[in-house]
Amino acid sequence: MAITEPIVEMEAISIEFPGVKALQNVNFRLFPGEVHTLMGENGAGKSTLIKALTGVYKIDSGTISVLGAPRAFSGTADAQSAGISTVYQEVNLCDNLSVGENVMLGHEIRGRFGINWKKTNEAAHDALVGLGLGDIDPRRPLSSISLALQQLVAISRAMVSRSRVLILDEPTSSLDANEVEGLFGVIRRLRDQGVAILFVSHFLDQVYAISDRLTVLRNGEYVGEYMTPELSRSDLISKMIGRDFSTLAALGSNRGRAVHATGKPFYSAKNLGRKGFIDPVDIDVHAGEVVGLAGLLGSGRTELGRLIYGADRPDTGEVRISDAITEVHSPIAGLSRKIAFSTENRRDEGIIGDLTVRENLVLAVQARRGWARPLSKREQGDLCEKYLVELNVRPADPERLIKNLSGGNQQKVLLGRWLATRPELIVLDEPTRGIDIGAKAEIQETIAALAGEGMSVVFISSELEEVVSLSERIVVMKDHRKIGEIVNGPDVTAETIVDLIATEGNVA
Amino acid sequence: MSILIDRPTSVSEGGSRPSLVSRLKPNVESLPTLAAVVIFVAMVVYGEVAYGRIVQFSTISNLLINNAYLIILAVGLTFVIVTGGVDLSVGAVIAISSLVGVMLANQGWNPIAVIIAMILIGSVFGTASGVLIQYFNVQPFIATLAMMFLARGLASMLSTTPERLADDSPIRLFSTEWKVIDGPKINDLVTTPNVVIAALVVLVAFLVLHRTRLGRTVYAIGGSESSALLMGLPVVRTKLAVYVISGTLAGLAAVVYTSKLGIAQNITGVGWELDAIAAVIIGGTLLTGGAGFVLGSVVGALVLGLMNVLITRDGGIPPEATTIITGAILLVFVLLQRLVVSRKRKT
Repeated sequence: MAITEPIVEMEAISIEFPGVKALQNVNFRLFPGEVHTLMGENGAGKSTLIKALTGVYKIDSGTISVLGAPRAFSGTADAQSAGISTVYQEVNLCDNLSVGENVMLGHEIRGRFGINWKKTNEAAHDALVGLGLGDIDPRRPLSSISLALQQLVAISRAMVSRSRVLILDEPTSSLDANEVEGLFGVIRRLRDQGVAILFVSHFLDQVYAISDRLTVLRNGEYVGEYMTPELSRSDLISKMIGRDFSTLAALGSNRGRAVHATGKPFYSAKNLGRKGFIDPVDIDVHAGEVVGLAGLLGSGRTELGRLIYGADRPDTGEVRISDAITEVHSPIAGLSRKIAFSTENRRDEGIIGDLTVRENLVLAVQARRGWARPLSKREQGDLCEKYLVELNVRPADPERLIKNLSGGNQQKVLLGRWLATRPELIVLDEPTRGIDIGAKAEIQETIAALAGEGMSVVFISSELEEVVSLSERIVVMKDHRKIGEIVNGPDVTAETIVDLIATEGNVA
Repeated sequence: MSILIDRPTSVSEGGSRPSLVSRLKPNVESLPTLAAVVIFVAMVVYGEVAYGRIVQFSTISNLLINNAYLIILAVGLTFVIVTGGVDLSVGAVIAISSLVGVMLANQGWNPIAVIIAMILIGSVFGTASGVLIQYFNVQPFIATLAMMFLARGLASMLSTTPERLADDSPIRLFSTEWKVIDGPKINDLVTTPNVVIAALVVLVAFLVLHRTRLGRTVYAIGGSESSALLMGLPVVRTKLAVYVISGTLAGLAAVVYTSKLGIAQNITGVGWELDAIAAVIIGGTLLTGGAGFVLGSVVGALVLGLMNVLITRDGGIPPEATTIITGAILLVFVLLQRLVVSRKRKT
């Protein structure tokens, strides 16, 4: 495989955006008939490198050669005509058109009276057969087939334009295990036909299952190129995050901590509920305690978190904070009682993309002070300095628009926003979802450290292992009600929670 | 990987032919257009029963002759609306184009040159809208609104009184009545070159939309502009093209209208862009783009035309109510489209 010449060769690529070096001296080679995975955390420069290759971004220095000849593409369409096709994470097809049209758009077969639909659909069928999708009728509307199949249709489209290079940018993020297997079958088939495939994925298992070669990037810098079988997973992770794996492995030590669940709880709710939203729940959180909310998607985890903070107004229940009866029926009420809530919906309810990191960070503090008393530039600067450093936000530039940060770093800023209000109870809804492994570890460490300093934490996550490793007590939710509470201990595992959810289902 | 074949769906437009049964089965997207046809037929039946003399040669002839310009405008707007845009300038373009045309003709210009100039005026305004939208990133609504004010203002600067085209002007030949079938008394099937022009426009537009890459790109842009861009389709060129097409057809509509009436005025065509948009929507084109048919827009224009005929025949309905009825029909169709869109989401 390595005997042939590389089809794509990128050497010493550097790209600089205002104030950031997005890529510095990155090398990348792609050979025909191989699957080459680009690895790196969020913000490491994977997408930037792909966009540099396809000409979406202009490179500041370095060379890109395709088939030995130096090239500079002007954009996706230009790269495509040179045989480099890209399939993106979100399927970029037109669902108002038929499957066949989506495969053939721009390559329709024309006869004397314009497009010959019969031949065009036949050609689409041939392309689909080439990927083992012969049983999809090209005349069906695209919207009538599943997302996974649409992804494969997008790949068929790439094959119609006789692509020799196929870029798959996180193609598996919305597919289930069977669908991933189907996709991998197609990828292997194309590889065996000599197509060079650039694959990007966050899932290590998938990377090891499919790729022949890896290039690792970190912070926009080139770490190295490796043959997949020769690099162990822990080595790969260390190379991606630039730190020793043992930091990550040390997680899970949290449950050995002293149990705080004695004495008066900091926050205590009896029969907290809202009609049609969540059945009344009892929940206590002690100072310095991490209480996990576990349950399946849609079990009422998020709803409970929102009621605690006052994002939604509870209509039953009695809340005591520091043993005094109180009411938390609005976010402002929550904030003034030192409760903070970090949403699971980072993009829509969390960050404000067009504001800077600084503006996003000070938002909650400012909201609590009221708009009549604006924070001075200096106070804002102090807050930014403290939290950007403490939470290791990269780049640590308070004046960057937050939408230009990677997901993990946006999440850190959000966490900073709430910590800046100095809450005594913080509700974290899926703080680690969709972010890379390094940032995840950092956020988990931060949560453990906060609890260590005496803050009460309600931690919501769909990853049960994470809930088990961080929480001291776990409230288990199902069908919008609380079905149990587990005091964490050495023999509690994700299985324990799954069993509880499963058996409770039989009773109900 | 399971392939769920939940329902056989037909290819609605111009695709290769599956079985007859599946071809007759309407798909969700053609539903509003079918509804327009049903409403049109219902109006014809109601008119025939209530007032009589609807299904006869002279009424049909007049319907086509009187609405030829609206059909041409609606065809142009179909292109624009399928991409998800809108063109508000077409009514004002008719005013400036017909005024300039009549004034040039009265100055003794060659009629062919006059006609070409009238059409080109439309193209220029269309190009200007397209450039504003594509290169200056102006919303289609705003860009074409600006062109509307510009065209209307220029027309008012030229003249504020009706300009009459000489009765012997060759341009008026476009409204020569050709007797196709000689019926009893005045009940003849007549047509004019204007109607033939409108029919040709419809035919060519249909072929362009369904049988050329340009046409398919128009639909792709309406479906998802960013996808079309990432698919490597010529999005910029195509979006520019739809506004040029719409403007050019507005210029052609000005020729058709002027030849029929023989008068041009700065207030000609006020609100016609809205009539044309209404025709397109009633004809089943989604205002959000991506789905629609030229033939639907023709039916939409005829629904509006027939409505006027019925109101005149009734005599009891005040003409002021026409706009209310138009609005009501429009509302019904938009609600119908909502239904279609929500059903589509569920699949």
